[in-house]
Amino acid sequence: LAPWVPVVGLEIHAQISSNSKLFSASQVQFAAPPNSLVSFFDASLPGTLPVLNRRCVEAAVMTGLALNCSINKRSLFDRKHYFYADLPAGYQITQQRVPIAVNGSLSYSLCIDNKMSQMVTRTVRIKQIQLEQDSGKSLHDDTRSQTLVDLNRAGVGLMEVVMEPDMCCGEEAAAAVRELQLILQTLGSSQAVMAEGQLRVDANVSVHHPGEPYGVRTEVKNINSIRFLAKAVDYEIQRQIEELENGRTILNETRAFDSKLGCTVPMRDKEGEQDYRFMPEPNLPPLILYDAESLPANMDHQQVVNIDWIHERLPDLPSVKRAKLVEQYGILPEHSFTLLNEDGLMEFFENTVKQTQMKPRKVIGWILNDLLSYLKKHSLTVKESPVSSLLLGDLLNLLERKDITAAAAKQVLAELWKGEGKSPLEIIKEKKLEVIQDHKELEQICQAVIDGHENEVIMVVLG
Amino acid sequence: PAQLLDRLERLALVDFRDAEGVERLQEAIRFAEQLQEVNTDGVEPMDSVLEDRCLYLREDDVTEGNCAKELLKNAREKVEEYFVAPPGNIPLPKLDEQETVLRGS
Repeated sequence: LAPWVPVVGLEIHAQISSNSKLFSASQVQFAAPPNSLVSFFDASLPGTLPVLNRRCVEAAVMTGLALNCSINKRSLFDRKHYFYADLPAGYQITQQRVPIAVNGSLSYSLCIDNKMSQMVTRTVRIKQIQLEQDSGKSLHDDTRSQTLVDLNRAGVGLMEVVMEPDMCCGEEAAAAVRELQLILQTLGSSQAVMAEGQLRVDANVSVHHPGEPYGVRTEVKNINSIRFLAKAVDYEIQRQIEELENGRTILNETRAFDSKLGCTVPMRDKEGEQDYRFMPEPNLPPLILYDAESLPANMDHQQVVNIDWIHERLPDLPSVKRAKLVEQYGILPEHSFTLLNEDGLMEFFENTVKQTQMKPRKVIGWILNDLLSYLKKHSLTVKESPVSSLLLGDLLNLLERKDITAAAAKQVLAELWKGEGKSPLEIIKEKKLEVIQDHKELEQICQAVIDGHENEVIMVVLG
Repeated sequence: PAQLLDRLERLALVDFRDAEGVERLQEAIRFAEQLQEVNTDGVEPMDSVLEDRCLYLREDDVTEGNCAKELLKNAREKVEEYFVAPPGNIPLPKLDEQETVLRGS
């Protein structure tokens, strides 16, 4: 049987973190009374016009720079037409011809063999990043044969990140999206919380034999978490392989991922190819961005987006933060990944290190093994930890000074989890966990043990 | 070809069985073809009459919204502050379920 090469490309929509929408001044907020965050433009009432939000432009430039893209100093807006109840204008304003950023890359890491100790770095090319409008939300009421429409989300700014099909499996797709999520959250350009629809991922999947042209691809939608992304991609790869091996063909269709059944099913509404009738957006002139060189002398600051100015103010990206952690604290690269992966864990670690004389290389063990596994077991976030970095630091100091053993320290930690407000010292006194320093006392204990086990002593003496 | 026609019918929502409709469509195409008479060699296509203007950038302040009542005034049907729309895309009957008879060409 000839081997199959799966090809996976991703289209990611990240909601821009801004106060108001992309082309109108209504508010961006997740849960709000239906249609309360809708302006006349969002509802597509005649006579309204789009007015571009500067913050959205800056967010897109930041993201483009962080992903090593070339920023187009001149980009254009277009209309993409299709009919749907949650798209009142009948078209979406997007950037199809000349988007704001192109030709970037995203590096991410994978553990091979499921072991944290072996990490490889892969890169996926970013084709482009474009600014576009989000649509409203449809609630389908099949019993009454109607759709309820809430336009609160209509017009919210999105950055569409288009990745080239450089990935080959669910694990790679998930790792790439996770890294993108961390980057967006670090930049603040998007909060990228998938559960709130701030980060939406569609996967394009196809398979082919090595040396042959790419196979027909399907688009998989309705993926609601990074875990499901990996599952959906892997399922679709398997499904396509099975179909082809059984002599059938793959349809160029859109499929939805059913998380309950763990499979993809054809989507009813998307039949065949759509004709989007792309046309330039006549109400918007080209978007011009400047850099230090091209900056016009006497232009209103508020009207200028300076790429270099934004570049200078980019925060440390996750990859840089990890490298700094490894260098500063002497921890392993895989440790730095875990620290950044859990919200707040890096700060907790650094605060604990400040509190204690114990070497960071030893502290990390307590953070990753003890603290993190406890939090995971009880489904708590770092912020919700009953043990603060101060408490842990104190405990580790006692261990470092050899006032208690490691085993005793673990016992104290188990008590501290209860969050009863006792200090490590109090618990140690309570449970008599102090290391006995008095030689005489130690001698007495040893003698007592020897006296109590005469037979064993004879065995040992005889060899 | 039959599939192409079916596809065009769906996109344009024009019924090709109706001779008058087809003629009207032919007229429309003939009218639009006049554009080919213009010589556009060496001329960049214009997207917008605004191409020389500056795109105005707005500050990220919330100054609109909160007018659900007003917006819903235009809605024929509403359910608790939601607009009501018919369900999804109602698919046209498939190719083999309908007779397609073309007159003229």
